[in-house]
Amino acid sequence: MSFRTRTLSLFRPQQPIDQRVLTQHRALVDAVNRRGVLRGAISLGALTLLTGCDVTEEEPVQKALRAVSTWNDRVQAAIFRPDHLAPTFSPAQVVKPPRFNAYYDIEDVKPVNGATWKLELAGRIDDKRPWTAPQLYALPEQEIIIRHICVEGWDYIGQWSGVNLKGFLQRVGADLTAKYVYFHCADDYTESIDMAAALHPQTILATRYANETIADPFGFPLRLRTATKLGYKNAKWIKAIEVTNSFTETFWSKQGFNWFAGI
Amino acid sequence: MSAPPVKSNTRQQHRLHPLPVRVMHWTNAAAIFIMIGSGWKIYNDDVLFGFLHFPDAVVIGKWAQHGLQWHFFGMWVFVINGLAYLSYGIATGRFRQKLFPLSLREILATVGDALRFRLAHEDLTHYNAVQKILYLGIMAVGVLTVISGLALWKPVQFSELASLFGSFQAIRLVHFLCMAAIVGFLVIHVTLALLVPKSLVAMLTGGSAVDGKPAPADAAAGATP
Repeated sequence: MSFRTRTLSLFRPQQPIDQRVLTQHRALVDAVNRRGVLRGAISLGALTLLTGCDVTEEEPVQKALRAVSTWNDRVQAAIFRPDHLAPTFSPAQVVKPPRFNAYYDIEDVKPVNGATWKLELAGRIDDKRPWTAPQLYALPEQEIIIRHICVEGWDYIGQWSGVNLKGFLQRVGADLTAKYVYFHCADDYTESIDMAAALHPQTILATRYANETIADPFGFPLRLRTATKLGYKNAKWIKAIEVTNSFTETFWSKQGFNWFAGI
Repeated sequence: MSAPPVKSNTRQQHRLHPLPVRVMHWTNAAAIFIMIGSGWKIYNDDVLFGFLHFPDAVVIGKWAQHGLQWHFFGMWVFVINGLAYLSYGIATGRFRQKLFPLSLREILATVGDALRFRLAHEDLTHYNAVQKILYLGIMAVGVLTVISGLALWKPVQFSELASLFGSFQAIRLVHFLCMAAIVGFLVIHVTLALLVPKSLVAMLTGGSAVDGKPAPADAAAGATP
């Protein structure tokens, strides 16, 4: 695929991982692993010095780097301040429309039909009755004007309104002691956040942007907006919310991005 | 913690660069290499300056996530090693001995010498004023790199710190300028190390034995002027 020449954004489709290479060299990779972590650790540093030779995607290197990333998840959870509020801004600073980003271009967005759409609930939730858009839009609203920070480095101020996620989880009888809240999206995107972030006062299920119903490219009819995570954690076009204790990799974490992605 | 390990009664004196210094120096070199290369990869995804884009050949990581993985691995090496180095330098008195006193007159004199290419470097045990300033300066830059990096990594958790910089892009700019300062330092540092190879050898082998005091010029035995 030639997407890379078109744009440098990491949220564009990248070449899919060719599984055949791994399968073909499975025996070799296993043999390398058995030779010990120490040797791998030593050569990890040395290998980076070989110019023109990209070692990052080699399995032992990826394993080590992803182990560090998992460690970083734990560090981020440990330094997370549950009641500490992110800076908020004035309506005059709000960028309209919000900045689009997804794993495809804006013209490829497939709008969700609000009339037939339903929010499904799954996992450790007492009342799993699905929600229609009018039901959700009738819930008490909270507005947050917060900074959106993308892992790429850009940021903008956005004005989001919708039901507070903690309030919503309480309303449906979710197990607030569970570890994760998963979001399954209409575009087959998945994201999940830790329960502490889900219960943060500035985490909402957004239905409106700058006092208008969220437009299609930005997640109509329902998206997540949390002030404590990088942009890609904020799932759009949510069609199901699942409260669970079991961890599964999400859209970007599968590709090696940090799962916790706290800011 | 302890006094400088000077044992005047024994022949076994400590070396110009004790083993811990050498280990930390080269650990830091590896960490800096990783941080700059992966930092350039991260920068490329949303450049601060339209004219500046780091070529693929000099960045670390094929895709964005790999640059991020290396950066958030390297940060631990850089910070832990850096803290160890600063603690060591302060506790053993190495900083005090090598980098101070620093007088304005000495600085002006050395800068004058440097501009006339008259800088002497035959005595590795003594740093001239320009060296002292460079080493102190780069340590300060290192600290600012970590502080700005922390603000960049956690602008909400450390919002008090982040607010000191103004905007989020300002934090990125400071972090970028720290990198530029480190690269500038490296150009001088590596050039001079190559021009005075015995200084490079000393950082590998430890160099000649010293008694802890600034040695006379001929103390660096066997050294070429």
